[in-house]
Amino acid sequence: MHMADALISPAVGATMWAASGAVTAYSARRINRQMDDRKIPLMGILGAFVFSAQMINFAIPLTGSSGHLGGGMLLAILLGPHAAFLTIASVLTIQALFFADGGLLALGCNVFNLGFFPCFVAYPLIYRPLAGRRPTPGRLLLGATVASVAGLQLGALAVVIETVSSGISELPFKTFALLMLPIHLAIGIVEGIVTAAVVGYVWKIRPEIVEAAGASRRVGPLPMARLLASLAVAAALTAGVLSWFASSSPDGLEWAMIRASGREELSGPGQGIHARLERLQQRTAFLPDYDFPKPAAEEFAADSEGAAPVVQVGTSVAGLVGAALTLALALAIGLALRAMRPRALAG
Amino acid sequence: MSHIETALLDIRGLDALSVRDSPLRRIDPRAKTLTALAFIVAVVSFGKYEIAGLIPLVVYPIALMAVDGLPPRIVLSKVLLALPFVALIGAFNPVFDRAAMVRIGPLDISGGWISFASILLKSLLTLSAAVILIATTGFSAVCVALDRLRVPRVFVVQLLLLYRYLFVLAEEAARMLRAWSLRSAGRRRLPLGAFGPFAGQLLLRSMDRADRIHAAMLSRGFDGRMRTDRVLRFRAVDAVFVLAWVALFVAARLYNAPRALGEAVMRSLP
Repeated sequence: MHMADALISPAVGATMWAASGAVTAYSARRINRQMDDRKIPLMGILGAFVFSAQMINFAIPLTGSSGHLGGGMLLAILLGPHAAFLTIASVLTIQALFFADGGLLALGCNVFNLGFFPCFVAYPLIYRPLAGRRPTPGRLLLGATVASVAGLQLGALAVVIETVSSGISELPFKTFALLMLPIHLAIGIVEGIVTAAVVGYVWKIRPEIVEAAGASRRVGPLPMARLLASLAVAAALTAGVLSWFASSSPDGLEWAMIRASGREELSGPGQGIHARLERLQQRTAFLPDYDFPKPAAEEFAADSEGAAPVVQVGTSVAGLVGAALTLALALAIGLALRAMRPRALAG
Repeated sequence: MSHIETALLDIRGLDALSVRDSPLRRIDPRAKTLTALAFIVAVVSFGKYEIAGLIPLVVYPIALMAVDGLPPRIVLSKVLLALPFVALIGAFNPVFDRAAMVRIGPLDISGGWISFASILLKSLLTLSAAVILIATTGFSAVCVALDRLRVPRVFVVQLLLLYRYLFVLAEEAARMLRAWSLRSAGRRRLPLGAFGPFAGQLLLRSMDRADRIHAAMLSRGFDGRMRTDRVLRFRAVDAVFVLAWVALFVAARLYNAPRALGEAVMRSLP
């Protein structure tokens, strides 16, 4: 579910960084305004809790496989959406830095996919109405499961859209979506059951914690205008930078715009999303035919239709030779630098 | 040793590396963080079929590891563990993109294989950049850098607190798991039904701990900021560090040196 740097384009990465950054700034302001500084150590502790709980595997009945808690919905229920979003973002940041999970450019995507949807869509729109203030065990289970499923489906769909509009992976939209969505349906159901089990247990032992968490917590309106504006600015900026970088590729700008706008459309959820997706799909459908030659690939001049490729054996061998020589040079630089290190500092 | 304890040792080991002294560690953490981000953007901005053009960028992780004395084995082991997911998605490229693109001798290589190789190479580069950043800078220094770079303070405090309590809680979880496994007659995984009380118990202990920590923080004058004794000064050498690397990244992006080198070598051959 974690997206990786190597599978996204700079435009998608930067756009999602802007989106996640805007939601982070907004959540941070809301928490500052609440002036409840009890929440700050609680957020830290619960982040560490989710981190630890993610490492506890449990057996999934009838399948022989094991699963673990994701924790997004659990945090939203216990902390409210703003604090939960920041907590999820912090967990993902540490995972990206220490476990190379995903990577730093993809962090914006991952925070948005795994944080925004459960906290700001599934929790207020699904969990709260279904579970109510004083949930019975049944309503708790229902609310947590439906909300977890919805949050993970949206997140998985976002992964598909971000990947396809990046154009690095050749997976077609439909195939990828058909792979991701059913898997995450199963994951969502397990996640919901586990979330309900944990919250239900806490509620049985210490009901005041869950009640305090559920009471008087309204999700303020999201600063949608701000969010969209920062998305647009990020898209335009990266498109500009990209077109400068890829100056020899004639319509890098156009491509970046299409990719970026494909992304932008999703973040206004619930506005005829299917129609938009279909359009997006049509746009991306011609992606395989579109071979955007970057400076080096140009000379390969592969016929993008796939028939009788024109191959210049000379250049491809030259590329290999040059790459090998450069790599050897880089390694030599490394060895030389290492040899130059003062002995006192070594080891 | 349990899965959790191994993971903790891993994190500690990586962070502990940054305590040693080296010329690289004296570079301002902001400079290192920004350079790492620039590097990642540069790598990712290459075309999907690019391999040779990416090779000059290899010098960044190699030079950093060399100057710092960071064992490449540590970085590689992290990165290789994270690679399977990328490989899983990337492996579809050879399936969908079958048009031959390069011919080397009798061998036709399809575009899909080339873009797959490019994805793997990019992953190696970007993931190692993140690991090297932490190993040469240390987590708390990266957090101070983020604070100075105007990341919302609540988020930076959250990162620092999370990192601090990670060990406490994960060790608690590991102890609970060990206690369970000693009483569970060789079962390897918690049954689903036991997970609720198990994690719930851990959660309750965590929240009680948060209360005690909050009281302790208040009694020491906590006002929403984390204070460090680290004084950051962005010196000329830091600016040179950033600018030189960014210049190299831009040059590598604009000019395909390996190809030119290879062509020159091929021409000079009889």
